[in-house]
Amino acid sequence: MIKWLKFYWSLLRKPSVHYSIGFLTLSGFIAGIIFWGGFNTALEVTNTEAFCIGCHEMQSNPYEELKNTVHYTNRSGVRAECSDCHVPHGWTHKVARKMEASKEVWGWVFGSINTPEKYEAKRRELAEREWKRLKANDSLECRNCHEFDSMDFTLQDPRAAQAHSTALVSSEQTCIDCHKGIAHKLPDMTGVHR
Amino acid sequence: MRLLILLLTSSLALAAFAQSDGLSPSAPDGLRKGGTVGQDLPAPPIAGDPRSVKREVRSYPEQPPVIPHTIRDYQVDKNFNRCLDCHSRESAVRAGAPMVSVTHFMDRHFQVRAEVTPGRYFCTQCHVPQTDAEDLVDSNFKAVDQVIRDSVAGGRND
Repeated sequence: MIKWLKFYWSLLRKPSVHYSIGFLTLSGFIAGIIFWGGFNTALEVTNTEAFCIGCHEMQSNPYEELKNTVHYTNRSGVRAECSDCHVPHGWTHKVARKMEASKEVWGWVFGSINTPEKYEAKRRELAEREWKRLKANDSLECRNCHEFDSMDFTLQDPRAAQAHSTALVSSEQTCIDCHKGIAHKLPDMTGVHR
Repeated sequence: MRLLILLLTSSLALAAFAQSDGLSPSAPDGLRKGGTVGQDLPAPPIAGDPRSVKREVRSYPEQPPVIPHTIRDYQVDKNFNRCLDCHSRESAVRAGAPMVSVTHFMDRHFQVRAEVTPGRYFCTQCHVPQTDAEDLVDSNFKAVDQVIRDSVAGGRND
């Protein structure tokens, strides 16, 4: 084993005998494009709605709930997909979230929410995780679309304008503090401050 | 086999009979006028959402007040009641919303409880949003004040 490693290490350290430095540089460049592009393409595929609802637990529980809400159907036809709210758009945060989401693969393999009853039983836990995440990143996913600087308070309900122009401006509260359960049904809310 | 064929053809004939407008009797003029018994008419458009309507005066004292705002996607179930998010005793003042009336806290023995009782929990059983929907049938309904005013005026005329 050590011998084998030593052989490869010396091979790697030796200058190339047969190939020109131009060829090696160019092929490295091309391989880089292929691998990096492939990685990002695969990452984007896992960000599509078709991928999310490929599992029946996502298709028949959260997706069905989303369908009634304004984030799925509305006047102007702009809609949010799963990933718009559950994955940040910026690359660094996205990759961090994707690593976190590997736990969801575990849940899928072991069927932790594969029946409506199991989903209902875990609803509070799942909701709390999302609330915590959005609270920690200052509702980053909401702000993918809802630009605070473009909000016209005068066009809002007096009550909404009041809340947005005080607590939200001062960063005292963030979107998720008030806007819970906007795309999915809420769990039992006993003890949750809203 | 023969019986099966007979049954199939007769049911087909019946279906065709029901479909043809000329032979099908006209439907009773209920809430959706026109059409025949065998005909499916498209549903009328859903009435518009109230966006900024004012609170309405009640037509009689016990009338459940209509909801002067949109209630789309409001969750009212065992887990959560979105209406009570603002209209509950605790939140009404902060939210600037009218508190649910004290009758909602009474159980079936008229004992007042701290929370809205299960019998009055499902808001839309009595309260509906005010929309721009047209009356489905003609009605000569009058608010109670109008009835009183009319009767006073009538009394004077006598």
